[in-house]
Amino acid sequence: MTETTVLSEITTDSGLSRDVLLNLGPQHPSTHGVLRLLLQMDGEIVERIEPHIGLLHRGTEKLFESFTYTQIFPLTDRLDYLCPPSNNLGYALAVEGLLGIEAPVRAQYIRVIMAELSRISGHLLITGALPMDVGAMTSLLYTMRDREMVMDLMEMISGVRMHTSFCRVGGVREDLPEGAEARIQEFCDIFAARISDYETLLENNRIFLARVENIGNITGEDAIALGLSGPNLRASGVDWDIRRDAPYEIYGQVEFDVILRQDGDCYDRWKCRVDEMRESLKIIRQCIGQMPKGDILIDDPKIAFPVDKDLLAHSMETHIHHFLLSANGFKVPAGEFYSAIEAPKGELGYYLISDGSEKPFRLKVRAPSFVNLQALCERTTNIKYLADVIAMLGSLDPVMGEVDK
Amino acid sequence: MVADDMPLAAVLQAYDQRVSLDLSAADMPCLLVPPADLIALCRQLRDAPALRFDFLSDICGVDIFPQTPRFMLVYHLFSIPHKRRLRLKCRLSEQASAPTLTPVWPTANWHEREAYDMYGITFDGHPDLRRIYMWEGFDGFPMRRDFPLRGYKDDYNPMGAKHPPDEAAG
Repeated sequence: MTETTVLSEITTDSGLSRDVLLNLGPQHPSTHGVLRLLLQMDGEIVERIEPHIGLLHRGTEKLFESFTYTQIFPLTDRLDYLCPPSNNLGYALAVEGLLGIEAPVRAQYIRVIMAELSRISGHLLITGALPMDVGAMTSLLYTMRDREMVMDLMEMISGVRMHTSFCRVGGVREDLPEGAEARIQEFCDIFAARISDYETLLENNRIFLARVENIGNITGEDAIALGLSGPNLRASGVDWDIRRDAPYEIYGQVEFDVILRQDGDCYDRWKCRVDEMRESLKIIRQCIGQMPKGDILIDDPKIAFPVDKDLLAHSMETHIHHFLLSANGFKVPAGEFYSAIEAPKGELGYYLISDGSEKPFRLKVRAPSFVNLQALCERTTNIKYLADVIAMLGSLDPVMGEVDK
Repeated sequence: MVADDMPLAAVLQAYDQRVSLDLSAADMPCLLVPPADLIALCRQLRDAPALRFDFLSDICGVDIFPQTPRFMLVYHLFSIPHKRRLRLKCRLSEQASAPTLTPVWPTANWHEREAYDMYGITFDGHPDLRRIYMWEGFDGFPMRRDFPLRGYKDDYNPMGAKHPPDEAAG
């Protein structure tokens, strides 16, 4: 980088007070990955915040243009790497939208279970990491312990703990393994009690409350203008949740509450996520109860790999389709489609332009963390001290894989 | 999808055929708008009580090289009160610039910086138009369709492609 950081002149004769340009990150633990914040400080008071991003930039959107539609799934995993099933789902919906197909009902239930588990996994990180950022270490140990249960479930279902790549265009990769439903149910029972533990631990912690209450307030109007979405928007009192307002998959058939808070401060953003985890448990339990038996992938050999792998040994037809799908992928009709889902961080949108070939002409990701992070440098209020910047950043819950794409 | 359920007729009328409906879009209504009318149209879409597109979801740059005009800016709007989506498309030639939408939606700031960084599309009146992902001094605009996949050759990238003669001279 050619950029230079300049320390300004000492402004007072005594030398006790000076304006400083302060680099926070990219290695500081509170910068959530590799975010670099350039802070213009007057003593302890923050005058200007300038996030510098791009340190993780992997050219994901450029890579999309060279990959077939199935090969793209692992790339989407690496956006919000805490919640890959949500990223997979948003992308699959965009491709299915252009193809004019829909996943079988059982696959939709499995997708929603995975997406809600990943919401819990994502929210658990901020539930522990925000308090840790402001000095309360214990909560992170508890949330990581519980997040491990989600990771175990992911491993049981998909074979992988993090980058699951579990969705496929037209369904999911595998059916739930035997015993998975009971294990998910067991997790729901254990975890429901644990959520109250976090509240007891932190809502009685005066230091935590003093660090996050009335800090970084964002009004509903400002939140909309800044493009905030998800819990960050709902914490400011804006009642919008894509799962309820534009239901995709089977969200229209499950009941849950949309969590709203009114003050839009760091505490509300934290609390919104804690309460949302309860709603996710509610959704998962209903899915387990309602989920029918049946197909998990559409029966179209030109788009989906065969679920029954034995067919490959006995059917030449299946073999040929499998070979062509592996080697060339499948074609998607020319056109454009924007799919938006309620990912853990907010509106995750995929805008797909197809030219009719096996690879996207253009695939743009509307990454919620990218947009949310902008609130840090725009007109947020009540950020006065350096310590408040840390709380504000933690409460926005950016994941840098998604910010930098 | 045509805009049957959306009162867009008044908007189309006000712009006297400069703004038209793109009937090819299958997922949501789409308006084609020239850059000169972009800000006024967006303000109208945001403020008209029947529309209230108060949320700018996304701005996407698209390069359709070698067609002309080369670039397309795609705006995705959402109305939180009415729960509707709308797409705007704005065609731009390589030399042209688009007006910034930051006065209408502050969130446009980073989206426009991204479009500038990746495609070299410039935005008039943008408060802080700098690269956002790539470092200052990065050569070229990596999402352009004629940008070599291995980048341009320099001290750190010996496997890269040579510059086109006209750009190397400049």
